[in-house]
Amino acid sequence: MDLQTLIYLFVGLSFALYIGIAIWAKAASTKDFYVAGGGVHPIANGMATAADWMSAASFISLAGLISYKGSDGGAYLMGWTGGYVLLALLLAPYLRKFGKFTVPDFIGDRYYSNLARTVAVIATIFVSFTYVAGQMRGVGIVFSRFLQVDVNTGVIIGMVIVFIYAVLGGMKGITYTQVAQYTVMIIAYLIPAIFLSLMVTDSFLPQLGIFAKTTFAFSDGVKEIPAGTYLMHALDTSLTDLGFKEYTQPGNLWNMFMLTVALMVGTAGLPHVIVRFFTVPRVKDARASAGWALLFIAILYTTVASVAAFSRVNTIDRIQNVNYKTWTTEGVKKADGRENHGAWFQTWEKGSLLAWNDRNGDGKIQYAAGKAFDDKKGKPHFDGTKTAPDGHRLTTNAIAAKGTKPFDNEVYIDRDIIVLANPEIANLPNWVIALIAAGGLAAALSTAAGLLLVISASISHDLLGKVIFNDPKTGKSKLSEKSELMAARLAAVAAIVVAGYLGINPPGFVAQVVAFAFGLAAASFFPAIILGIFDKRMNKAGAVSGILTGLIFTFGYIVYFVFMGGDKADYLFGIAPTGIGTLGMVLHFIVAYVVSRMTEPPPQHIQDLVESIRIPRGAGEAHDH
Amino acid sequence: MTQEKAQAYWRENISTILKLLVVWFLVSYGAGILFINQLNAIEISGVKLGFWFAQQGSIYVFVILIYVYVKMMNRIDEKYDVHE
Repeated sequence: MDLQTLIYLFVGLSFALYIGIAIWAKAASTKDFYVAGGGVHPIANGMATAADWMSAASFISLAGLISYKGSDGGAYLMGWTGGYVLLALLLAPYLRKFGKFTVPDFIGDRYYSNLARTVAVIATIFVSFTYVAGQMRGVGIVFSRFLQVDVNTGVIIGMVIVFIYAVLGGMKGITYTQVAQYTVMIIAYLIPAIFLSLMVTDSFLPQLGIFAKTTFAFSDGVKEIPAGTYLMHALDTSLTDLGFKEYTQPGNLWNMFMLTVALMVGTAGLPHVIVRFFTVPRVKDARASAGWALLFIAILYTTVASVAAFSRVNTIDRIQNVNYKTWTTEGVKKADGRENHGAWFQTWEKGSLLAWNDRNGDGKIQYAAGKAFDDKKGKPHFDGTKTAPDGHRLTTNAIAAKGTKPFDNEVYIDRDIIVLANPEIANLPNWVIALIAAGGLAAALSTAAGLLLVISASISHDLLGKVIFNDPKTGKSKLSEKSELMAARLAAVAAIVVAGYLGINPPGFVAQVVAFAFGLAAASFFPAIILGIFDKRMNKAGAVSGILTGLIFTFGYIVYFVFMGGDKADYLFGIAPTGIGTLGMVLHFIVAYVVSRMTEPPPQHIQDLVESIRIPRGAGEAHDH
Repeated sequence: MTQEKAQAYWRENISTILKLLVVWFLVSYGAGILFINQLNAIEISGVKLGFWFAQQGSIYVFVILIYVYVKMMNRIDEKYDVHE
């Protein structure tokens, strides 16, 4: 079967599976809709949490990012896994015992304040939308590259699929779909990783591949690296030859530290992750579920370091000094007889994610450190769809040679394509490429659905049920169960439409807003929840002032340095905006502590509530209102 | 449940969490960041140790930590008769 048919088949089958599950797991009550009825098995919940957590960013972009950053990329690997230790030890069991539906529920009840609840709702919606926009964009890229439909059509197809199973099934539908999506995603990630591992090294397990030796000799353009060199040595040597810093050489450790804290704490504070622990039956299941989730995440995350290293070696081996025209049309043979065909290079050029600038005019591709294109950001500006006689896409950038050592870099590679292009770069069979397409979509859709649910629950349950239509006499919502469920579904529809709009018209700063999501979660939700559980004396005044301090400080810092062109030299203690959530969190803790000690302790029934969430027995089922 | 028993349970809970968080901090922030250069002097099959902790090793330890935590807490819950 040809590649295109295989891709349609794999993607089509996976979509049919998701919709089938959604019909089977239709939500009948608000409890089904918000927390899947509260009876999900910890292993299933762990798998669903893993799928929810691992987004298009983890699946598509992470390995490329690490491959480009080398040693410093460890911040992302540790940050996005270590947060689960915090979740398991400090949050999940107590929030499960508390037994409501959402994060604003906890903040509002624990701090007996609708102001705190409303701030939590706004922060939840903001954090979740920034995230979901990125997912819809990921869906669009996969569709446009693999199914050869327009990015916008891709986003709309993605919206329809999510609409069907998120609106119909609520959390129940999402949870069981995510179990399927995790399975698709992990197979799609591991199979190419195993292939690559066997090809570049002789190790079957990709996790062990970084300890192995290379199976082939390759020239980095400066010298020949013989077969049987340790992979990491081959990488360090070839990168220094090409003018990069050593792959394993750490950079700024202070910023790596701050970024790791912000990502870990942000992970533990993200509402769509926390809400997963409301769906299991007992407190001990919440603890175990965090463990299962991390195990399932670790299966993918422990291969990332290897995939990143393999792909860097592989890229140098395949593109260095090949004649563009011969390589992309008929392919070339390596000295040791390996096939090397560059058709993939042209495919990605069409998508504007790769570009070649023949600075020295020798018709061959040279890859080294430095910008390939003369532009502030080193990006190519394509000249419409015009191509040169040899077939490469023309740009309007200057072509002049720069005379850098060892030679000028001529290739622009968008880091996001590494995982998607890997199987093609390595000449893997067509079905592996089709699998990657299905996996990327599973990663993006599962995360998008989880986020949309959190958005709809905070609107229908927290904002409408607890603030706007709340009966002050009874403290209960004036909405009936049925109308709240309808409101939740309508809110989900609205959220999907907004997310789709953001996917089609992405604000120019999708990448930067991710720093927002983590920084804000780290500076607002995490400290407020921790203090609510571990500090019985924490009161309304302390919490509200802490949350506002954390939010405003982090928000202001990121806006100033990312969007208003603040100068790097002015960074507070040299902290980059991506890691500033850490300082926001510290400020939150300090302000909340000081203010709470200067004001009245919380009322007795709140202190009793804190006592009760500390004891596992009696969690029962997640209760309504 | 008596007041003292609840307090004793909570103290034991906190001390368990703190012990595990010390390990959590040492493998990630310690081995993977603060002492990465020192550990990088040690190399196993071409992989520098500090680099390995930052990119792979700490993740294994995180998984083990949560499992140890679940086991320890289940035992403490039963000891104080607060299990479900």
